[in-house]
Amino acid sequence: MEVLKIATAGSVDDGKSTLIGRLLYDTHSLTDDKIEAIRDSSRKKGYDYLDFSLATDGLVAEREQGITIDVAHIYFSTAERSYIIADTPGHVEYTRNMVTGASTSQVAIILIDARKGVIEQTYRHFFINNLLRIKDVIVAVNKMDLVGYDQTVFEDIKQNFERLNANSTYAEQNVSYIPISALKGDNVVAKSNEMPWYQGETILQHLEGIESIDVNEEGEVRFSVQTVIRPKTDEFHDFRGFAGKIKGGNLKVGDQVTVLPSMTTSKIESIYFYDKRYKEAEAGSSVTITLEDEINIARGDMLVKSNELPRVEKDLTATVCWMDSKQLRPGTRYVVQHNTNRVLSKIAEVGSVIATDFSGKKASDGTLGLNEIGEVKIKLSKPIFSDSYIANKSNGSFVLIDEHSNTTAGVGFIN
Amino acid sequence: METLVKEIDTTEQKDVKVFRANALESEAIYIFREVVAQFEKPVLLFSGGKDSITLVRLAQKAFWPAKIPFPLMHIDTGHNFPETIEFRDGLVTELGVELIVRHVQDSIDQGKVIEETGKYASRNTLQTTTLLDAIEEFKFDACIGGARRDEEKARAKERIFSVRDDFGQWDEKNQRPELFDMLNGKIEIGQNVRVFPISNWTELDVWNYIEQEQIEIPSIYFAHKRNTFLRDGLIWSAEDGVVFRAQDEEVRERTVRFRTVGDMSCTAAVESTANTIEKVVAEIRESKISERGARIDDKRSEAAMEKRKQQGYF
Repeated sequence: MEVLKIATAGSVDDGKSTLIGRLLYDTHSLTDDKIEAIRDSSRKKGYDYLDFSLATDGLVAEREQGITIDVAHIYFSTAERSYIIADTPGHVEYTRNMVTGASTSQVAIILIDARKGVIEQTYRHFFINNLLRIKDVIVAVNKMDLVGYDQTVFEDIKQNFERLNANSTYAEQNVSYIPISALKGDNVVAKSNEMPWYQGETILQHLEGIESIDVNEEGEVRFSVQTVIRPKTDEFHDFRGFAGKIKGGNLKVGDQVTVLPSMTTSKIESIYFYDKRYKEAEAGSSVTITLEDEINIARGDMLVKSNELPRVEKDLTATVCWMDSKQLRPGTRYVVQHNTNRVLSKIAEVGSVIATDFSGKKASDGTLGLNEIGEVKIKLSKPIFSDSYIANKSNGSFVLIDEHSNTTAGVGFIN
Repeated sequence: METLVKEIDTTEQKDVKVFRANALESEAIYIFREVVAQFEKPVLLFSGGKDSITLVRLAQKAFWPAKIPFPLMHIDTGHNFPETIEFRDGLVTELGVELIVRHVQDSIDQGKVIEETGKYASRNTLQTTTLLDAIEEFKFDACIGGARRDEEKARAKERIFSVRDDFGQWDEKNQRPELFDMLNGKIEIGQNVRVFPISNWTELDVWNYIEQEQIEIPSIYFAHKRNTFLRDGLIWSAEDGVVFRAQDEEVRERTVRFRTVGDMSCTAAVESTANTIEKVVAEIRESKISERGARIDDKRSEAAMEKRKQQGYF
């Protein structure tokens, strides 16, 4: 069964957890004991309805404060396929979590409270989905029950959002608008009886219609070697297999390939998955490849088709989202992890900070703080084999690892 | 999950067909390979349950034709289903991998932990100490486990590479972001990483995979007759004398199977006649009770799992 990954973002109290709970409940993904636990907790809190947010808020601090702090992963399935929701909080201080959730998702659901309309946080959610080039965006106008299921409220919000969409840097993005009440279940899974003026799909209907394409399936073929398999047994004495995940396109036996950084060429001799050999393997497959010629290849090296070479870059210009409390400063050193390759780097310049409300760039004070997004120039000690993020998401992104704390301090999207 | 491939000619080793990835399987294999590339001393934590058996199959696939390049380790609570131990030993022999066993009983004898008493006594929490000691003893820097995010809501927030400090503690508010499929396993000496290759699988995904791959699993997962008693609406094994049973809790023979295979003292059975994988999968698809619904260790409080994880539990 195929998997569709969704990111949800919303502000405090706009009913994101309730929407997810409703999706789970109406697709019969919540088991009796979980529903019972929700009923219990709801009763304890004095609610006369089922508080579905209790199904998803996983940490004690989250339940205490009634907010989502960290990215949670939630699973449900229909007869059509499986869904994974990356549920992320919407406050400004959690931009890093929104970016994280969006990085693996193909669809984003942006929630808007019908009573409040498009607010500053909506800008930020949409901006991030734009920056990360999320193909499908669903704008769910929630709490329609609280505005009397009024069509004009929905149309106004839609118009406001379309004005925002005019700033989009991603023309191919599909944006759709759905009026819902997560609490009452209108237009989430079942069609609403309260809004006869809305003829479109429900959220689930819309999701079911989206073709599932993994992030890894876009662009040209990139095969970043994870490890070299050398069994050294009698049967496989000379076996040298390059293990990795194929990204960007298919690889075939006989393909002429170039190995980076050595720029040596060879042909694909065999493609293994476990103990079977295949003529061809699709993007997204974790396979083991052998080559016709004996070439020295190590982890971090990359195999590409000889007529589809990537850029070989030692100076990166990238849009960076900063995720560490320690500011990003010029002159400091970080480890750049790009696919399976790690290279020492030095920050050359923090050019500008990009406002997440689409108001443009402003000059930075030379640093980038936690949850800020900016244009950064980075000098690498050794070249990486990259594409622009627009051309190839997985080969156009990297993370910055702090040498001292070892934490993942930021993510970059290569220009 | 989609069937991987059909009509493969295995006898002549010909290159037959286009390989179409099963996304979850490829993701898990990718994670296993990252572990071996990024860590010095990984270990696979093996409980004998279906999730860890699935991990072993995935590890085989990740490194074939080489052997699985790390040992398996079982933290033995001493309250295992005998069927599980028998199964474990058979599997290890077949694969030719090293098996390390460390016993909770030893931690009790050394006075490091105190056995719980009473009706709900369990060694489930105690195994954390034994696990942390074993990690230190062997200097393991990555422990691979079969936890899934769909199991429990604290687990829903777990990373694929989850860093633990010297005390094995999980700092849930300070987790490393995991972007795209880039995994950062850089750690200090003394720290270790818990790795969860099947994070994104659901219970049904695991069962479908077991069915599709025809993976052998211990017999207690299938319907069998067992002496049991009822408590709190759950069915407990009255055999082997592990679970405390009060005088008034009446023993009856029931046809049951287990959905998870944890410590016997905290794993309840479900009534079932599913005696084949196909029937088990069908039953799970229809089930109205969650897998961990029969795990009393999670019922201690709403935050039971989060608390245990902070202390170093899986």
